[in-house]
Amino acid sequence: MEKTFKKPQSLRDISTHYCPGCGHGIAHRLIAEVVDELEIRERVIGVAPVGCAVIAYDYWDFDCSEAAHGRALAVATGIKRVRPQNIIFTYQGDGDLAAIGTNETIHAANRGENVTVIFINNAIYGMTGGQMAPTTLLAQKTVTSPEGRQERLHGYPLKISEILASLRAVKYVERVSLDSPKEIIEAKKAVKLAFQNQIDNIGFSLVEILSPCPTYWDMSPKEAMDWIRDVMAKEFPLGRIK
Amino acid sequence: MAKIVINREKCKGCLLCISFCPKGLIGLDKDLNRRGIKPVKFSRQANLNKGGTPPKAEKETSDCIGCSMCAIICPDCCIEVYK
Ligand code: SF4
Ligand code: SF4
Ligand code: SF4
Repeated sequence: MEKTFKKPQSLRDISTHYCPGCGHGIAHRLIAEVVDELEIRERVIGVAPVGCAVIAYDYWDFDCSEAAHGRALAVATGIKRVRPQNIIFTYQGDGDLAAIGTNETIHAANRGENVTVIFINNAIYGMTGGQMAPTTLLAQKTVTSPEGRQERLHGYPLKISEILASLRAVKYVERVSLDSPKEIIEAKKAVKLAFQNQIDNIGFSLVEILSPCPTYWDMSPKEAMDWIRDVMAKEFPLGRIK
Repeated sequence: MAKIVINREKCKGCLLCISFCPKGLIGLDKDLNRRGIKPVKFSRQANLNKGGTPPKAEKETSDCIGCSMCAIICPDCCIEVYK
């Protein structure tokens, strides 16, 4: 018998601090698989965010940096400009990339920095206890929108990927999901393309990954996967945006 | 003929692998792991005794087709697949 599925080398063999059923673990593994397959482990540098994934660097077995909250793309810009031979990616949640870091995100994209962005959208603030995020859906209950998000009070779910896709310097934007093995396979293809683009000097590439937060969605891990497919992907349609 | 090996100490008991195995070959372990979590087990037992049928013997895991669905969905990379 031959081993046909095993832990990628770029993922450390330790337990993560993530909740059971959290999508971060799947997304970490996809990145590690892609890094292995593209044979860039010696030249990749990840930039970890603030949020639940704040210690993502403990889980990958390659070089990483940490950024202040929301500033991952500013840090990535600096690293890429002084070390253009390295492959730089940021790993950011919706609070990091689309709220406190909107400024850095938009301007790095507008400058067309040749970096890869892995954007984890779970429609909530996980690390700080389940508060409403810019990507929280209308009517979605969070600890700061106990009656559900209302457009008149809180605005609409922010489609940051569509906004970024409208910028001329942005080369590739795709939205994928982790809700089933089939979608995870698609997600990996998108992550791989986003890294390949950087290797080929194509420019700013972003993959938005719809990812479950069963803890603060108050669902079982399986219910959270179903909710992505049935509810979240209606508001945030999957597929290539640019 | 295929099989999976589950790292029961790393398993967080999220049960996603149980939901996504097309053959129903993953069930709950009887014993806790060191984290105090009930991990899953490569076995038809425990989850699939629908209609009150007694748990089937473990050898029936020979149905495993090595599709890797369980491993792909596992957020904690606990499952290895052999084919
Ligand atoms: S709070 Fe949510 S996003 Fe954070 S680790 Fe738990 S499930 Fe994952
Ligand atoms: S490899 Fe496929 S058939 Fe075998 S246990 Fe995993 S999901 Fe089930
Ligand atoms: S998917 Fe992984 S962590 Fe979840 S129950 Fe199965 S083996 Fe355990």
